Amino acid sequence: MDSFLIQTVFYLGAAVISVPIAKRLGLGSVLGYLIAGVLNGPHALSLVGAEADVMKFAEFGVVILLFLIGLEVQPSTLWEMRRTIFGFGGAQVVVTALAVAGVAVVLGLPWQTALAVGLVLAMSSTAIVLQTLDEKGLRQGPVGRAAFGVLLLQDLAVIPLFALLPLLATVAPTTAGEAGSHGASLMTHLPIWAQIASVFAAVAAVVGGGRYLVRPLFRFIAESRLREIFTAAALLIVVGVASLMQMVGLSPALGAFLAGVVLAESEFRRELETDIEPFRGLLLGLFFITVGAGVDLPLIVHKPLTLLGLVLGLMTLKFLVMLGLARLFGAPMRGAAAVATALAQGGEFAFVLLTFTVGAGVIGAPLAALLTAAVAVSMALTPLAMMLYERIAAALDAAVTDVTPDTGAFDEGEPDIIIAGFGRFGQITGRLLTANGFRSTVLDSDIEQIDLLRRFGRRVHYGDATRMDLLRAAGIERARMLIVALDDREKTVELVETARKAFPDLVILARAWDRRHAYDLLANGADAVERETFESALSLGTTALQKLGFRAHRAHRAASFFRRHDRRSFEELRPMWGQEEAYILASRDAAKTMERLLAADLSRLRPGDAGGAWDTASLEQELRERAQTEGAE
Amino acid sequence: MTTLPNTGAAAPATSGVLLVLAHPALERSRANRALAKAAKGLSGVTFRDLYETYPDFAIDIETEQAALVAHDVIALQFPLYWYSTPALMKEWLDLVWLHGFAYGPGGEALQGKRLFVACTTGAGAKAYHAHGYNRFTMDEFLRPLEQTAHLCGMVWETPFVVHGAAVKDDAALKAEAVRYRARISSLLPAETEV
Repeated sequence: MDSFLIQTVFYLGAAVISVPIAKRLGLGSVLGYLIAGVLNGPHALSLVGAEADVMKFAEFGVVILLFLIGLEVQPSTLWEMRRTIFGFGGAQVVVTALAVAGVAVVLGLPWQTALAVGLVLAMSSTAIVLQTLDEKGLRQGPVGRAAFGVLLLQDLAVIPLFALLPLLATVAPTTAGEAGSHGASLMTHLPIWAQIASVFAAVAAVVGGGRYLVRPLFRFIAESRLREIFTAAALLIVVGVASLMQMVGLSPALGAFLAGVVLAESEFRRELETDIEPFRGLLLGLFFITVGAGVDLPLIVHKPLTLLGLVLGLMTLKFLVMLGLARLFGAPMRGAAAVATALAQGGEFAFVLLTFTVGAGVIGAPLAALLTAAVAVSMALTPLAMMLYERIAAALDAAVTDVTPDTGAFDEGEPDIIIAGFGRFGQITGRLLTANGFRSTVLDSDIEQIDLLRRFGRRVHYGDATRMDLLRAAGIERARMLIVALDDREKTVELVETARKAFPDLVILARAWDRRHAYDLLANGADAVERETFESALSLGTTALQKLGFRAHRAHRAASFFRRHDRRSFEELRPMWGQEEAYILASRDAAKTMERLLAADLSRLRPGDAGGAWDTASLEQELRERAQTEGAE
Repeated sequence: MTTLPNTGAAAPATSGVLLVLAHPALERSRANRALAKAAKGLSGVTFRDLYETYPDFAIDIETEQAALVAHDVIALQFPLYWYSTPALMKEWLDLVWLHGFAYGPGGEALQGKRLFVACTTGAGAKAYHAHGYNRFTMDEFLRPLEQTAHLCGMVWETPFVVHGAAVKDDAALKAEAVRYRARISSLLPAETEV
């Protein structure tokens, strides 16, 4: 227990210190984690070991990453991407594997070993690529999409590789079944048809469960209004799917991705994303640290040139193959270079596959150690390579300025308006805006309400809108307006305040309870407020006037005048804002405000007055006098 | 009096008079109240009170167009304000008598119908004369509406004018109301007359 705590201290400490420094230096967080890992690792300060347990735990970060990516990919998007995934991705794996194998044969390896090395090194690092692209803001565009397609296929390709690699054995396998975390641990004794059947059953379970079981489960949890249980349920899904996939010999990351895609259309998507996000960040960080810790420093010291040649050779080869293929698949030069640079490293699957191939007698242990080091170094170099790419691209841009920014979004269309709260108030405002062609995203925590709205095809998400992270997930950074229509005084103020601080330029409109609340909201940064009962009370008053005999237009004008008068006194009674005044206002007797309002009503609005409209008394007087003089003529 | 359903659906047959009244403060106008009361009791007259129906000026164009289509005679009753119609009646003309509906290509909805204007003035008859203080005749002040009828292919009926409406006593107003009722009746087809 003590050692666990101390290790945790080292991991967290390393991350807390090195990541912000790396970011400050413009190196990106991935490199920061990797450096932290190297420094902490067994070969440097030796503060932590590259324990397999930690590694497994850390790999879960990759699983969560893919689950989150899955959440962003609608099944339809996936279908649109089929050419990228199978065409581009498939070509990348095959051509890269053959190219690497060819070089290996030239270097004197037997062809079987060479092919195995090629296949293992064809894999790229999902975690590093996606994290790096994310930080560069490239993940949503065509570059990110292409890279993602390739990575997805690599994940798929790992499955048959476990079956194929043993066939390339040149020496008798030592421990055939030892396949690391990705081995088919439970299924190997089963006949092949049963293995295949169980794979299909597992996939069907994920899809079916996601479709039909998860929603009622989340609804049930949502009704209990316990946020941490929601988080627990989200984690349960990811862990559950990952272990199911592992059981049948599929990649847990792939399973998590599949689960994500299944849930991408669910109303709980944003909430899931928000709940899982922190785990992703930390676990991925841990993953990068363990990769860093796994870099075999003595090996680097002993064979620096071999390793350097290996790393540079590998990255150059992968870069060139990728560049050529991307061009072949119609990518512009700039985008092709970005994808190729991003995918040029070896991946985390290489570690697993290398362990597996050594066990299966395909690759010798010394070679595997060398390759493991090379892959780790290439992963560490990726953020640097991306920086180099950006420098070159920027230099070229300086010469020729014709950059087309990446605007293609992965996500659904961006909302114009975010409506927090879609109850009695928000839905009227929302319907008006939608009817006039504005796209709105609605956040509400009433599950029945959401259900109903979704049946009508509205974009509604479950969640507590006062959470800034959820608002961000809903797209507030690109929205033009936030409408706060919550059914809770304090939460409304809280949301207006935090949203204003985070987004100084956002237009914020808010539903207010009464005068005091309205003043409070304005003081906290709302651009405009509406007292929730004011207009409806005025409207009922107008109807009352009509029923009392007023013509409709007169009643309408009377209400309009009253509204204007009330708005004016609202402004007049609005105190100067400052701490002291706010305090005085808060303690002011409500009855006193009422008194001032009534006095103002009396002095400004005369009974029956609608601004003296069409009062023709003086005109009639003049006409009478005129008629008399004319009559006298 | 027939009341049009507010559904925008056309009345079954094209017949009768659509009497459109615009007075922002009818409660203050003895003359217009008396005239409207006399006319809307006639069968074959559909009465529409614009300021009562659209106090917020949010005119329902489809309903109004359907009402126009369903009648042979369009009668506009209003007090002359600044030598023109009250604001809402102008708004009604602007929004309902549209290009492609009332005039222009495909705008034949009103063709062959009759336009009848009934108008009250504050000043006496003598003021509406080249030598009066209003300097022009009523015919001249109503030219915009007359041209509107012409452009829409409508027949322009001789207007009905009550001068000095505000200063007339009850007996005089009653006489005008009788005259108005008779005039509207003359616009109705014989079989629908009372």
